[in-house]
Amino acid sequence: MSDLSLSGRRGSLAACLLRGRGLGGLLLLGVVVALPFFCNAYWLDVCVSIGLYALLALSLNLILGQAGIFHMGHAAFFGVGAYTTAILNTMFHIPVLWLMPVSGAVAALFALIVARPIIHLRGDYLLIVTIGIVEIVRIALLNDVGGITGGSNGIFGISRPQLFGFRIYKSLHFYWLVWGMVGLTLLLFYGLWHSRVGRALNYIKADDVAAEGCGINVAFYKLTAFVLGAFWAGMAGTVYAAKMSTIAPESFNFMESVIIFAVVILSGGSQLGVLISAFLFIGLPELLREFSDARMLIFGLAMMLMMIWRPQGLLPCLPRRYGRLRALMASADTAKEHHA
Amino acid sequence: MSLLELTDVTKIFGGLIAVNEVSFSVEPQSVVGLIGPNGAGKTTVFNCITGNYRPERGSIVFDGKDVTGVAPHRLVERGIARTFQSIRLFSTLSALENTLAGRHCRLRSGWLASMLHTPSQRREEREAVRRCMQELEFVGLAEHAEEKAGSLSYGNQRLLEIARALASDPRLLILDEPAGGMNDQETVALVDTITAIRNRGITVLLIEHDMRLVMRICEKLVVLENGCLIAQGEPEAVRSHPAVIEAYLGAEDEAW
Repeated sequence: MSDLSLSGRRGSLAACLLRGRGLGGLLLLGVVVALPFFCNAYWLDVCVSIGLYALLALSLNLILGQAGIFHMGHAAFFGVGAYTTAILNTMFHIPVLWLMPVSGAVAALFALIVARPIIHLRGDYLLIVTIGIVEIVRIALLNDVGGITGGSNGIFGISRPQLFGFRIYKSLHFYWLVWGMVGLTLLLFYGLWHSRVGRALNYIKADDVAAEGCGINVAFYKLTAFVLGAFWAGMAGTVYAAKMSTIAPESFNFMESVIIFAVVILSGGSQLGVLISAFLFIGLPELLREFSDARMLIFGLAMMLMMIWRPQGLLPCLPRRYGRLRALMASADTAKEHHA
Repeated sequence: MSLLELTDVTKIFGGLIAVNEVSFSVEPQSVVGLIGPNGAGKTTVFNCITGNYRPERGSIVFDGKDVTGVAPHRLVERGIARTFQSIRLFSTLSALENTLAGRHCRLRSGWLASMLHTPSQRREEREAVRRCMQELEFVGLAEHAEEKAGSLSYGNQRLLEIARALASDPRLLILDEPAGGMNDQETVALVDTITAIRNRGITVLLIEHDMRLVMRICEKLVVLENGCLIAQGEPEAVRSHPAVIEAYLGAEDEAW
């Protein structure tokens, strides 16, 4: 009987999601659904921006939060995705949404090429190199590489996306597009977290020598985490390009990377944490517009207090659940009887 | 045919010859002990076998195939599992998840299947959890499955490392000082566990300082000193070997 409870619906995504921080998640879902009804156009734009950062931070969370790879160059992949969309759309008039997987793939390929030789670096060394990547990308874009990036002016006139004949152009449309993507990402990445792959990333973060000694291909998993994270950042780039309809190199500078990095660090590594952290990081400065002179001061102070009082971040991941202990123990017993 | 065969394995660090032309073999389903004073090069030999070091000279043949310089994770796949001298568990993860780390190389679900939790992925996960619970039960840690590895007692952490290694279906299990830090009672239980592992058909190669334990369970001993092999053979013969007595001069005598 206990065996039944183990082999029932326990492993399904829905069943997994309803446990743990299900309540917090539902609350947040309510907020996201309700927000458009209370926001004016300005705040709706802020919420789109929060969604974009959430998307970027969720993809970085895979690399930084789960695998523990210190990567501060995520804006580079974001930028590569946005520019891929902008260039292909303005030059060849390919519909924007079709370009989403293409931009993701280009960003992922770029990540594969730049990360392959540096992925074995550790901690702060890798951090420095990834900062270098962002700067190289920004300067390359600024210098109009190949005559297709438009130099410091960037690219304008990117067309609006269409979804099944529905033209997405209002802030509200983008709000649903972005947050819909965030929802889908949450679901897929939750599945990833609660799997062999998610565990492998955590083993690597905890102790990569031990992970390798246990039979985990450390280099492979680090690299694929990087590539998948970049793929997602590239897709976020498509949405950004479509929303802005104009992009310029300065949108993908080092400071952007730092913000995405900080969102993940503040979050503590759980997906709910990432969302809350994105709201705090992008939403709060807008709320505190009157104090804009003191904004950095407040930020700095908040970061310091966090480091002292909650160095693990807002919401660290809960332990994964594999069913009740008694059921687990019983399953081991029945399996043994089978062998006997 | 031997399961593991080392031929003239030499490892040099800078100017230091840590292991010098060491040759020995491990027969299938035996328990072999690698002993020697501190700094004799025992762990270096282990690290060469498990792929953490690449020997400068010599060859390591496992199950008829040359595995010299093969990456550690590939060796686990081929059937060589290890524990570490200084315990290297994933201390913030549960005992069960630590054991699942060993099972990882036997699972096949990729990134996409994991994201989508496909039926075959779920079946595989269930089977893996079941199998790992069995290994935890085998070493007597089943009821601690959900506890964080870091919160287990020292002796239990050593056992968990063994369970993690066993979960990978090894043919050769390499234990680096498994009784280190254990009390007498735990050591006695460990002897039973190692015997049970051997009875499962798994070959065991171990480094150990506790001579009573080594004499009790090993069918063959290999003695290293200053990176050189000075004696090998049955425990009784090795014990009375003049070179060995000289290496362990005086203070260690009572331990024998």
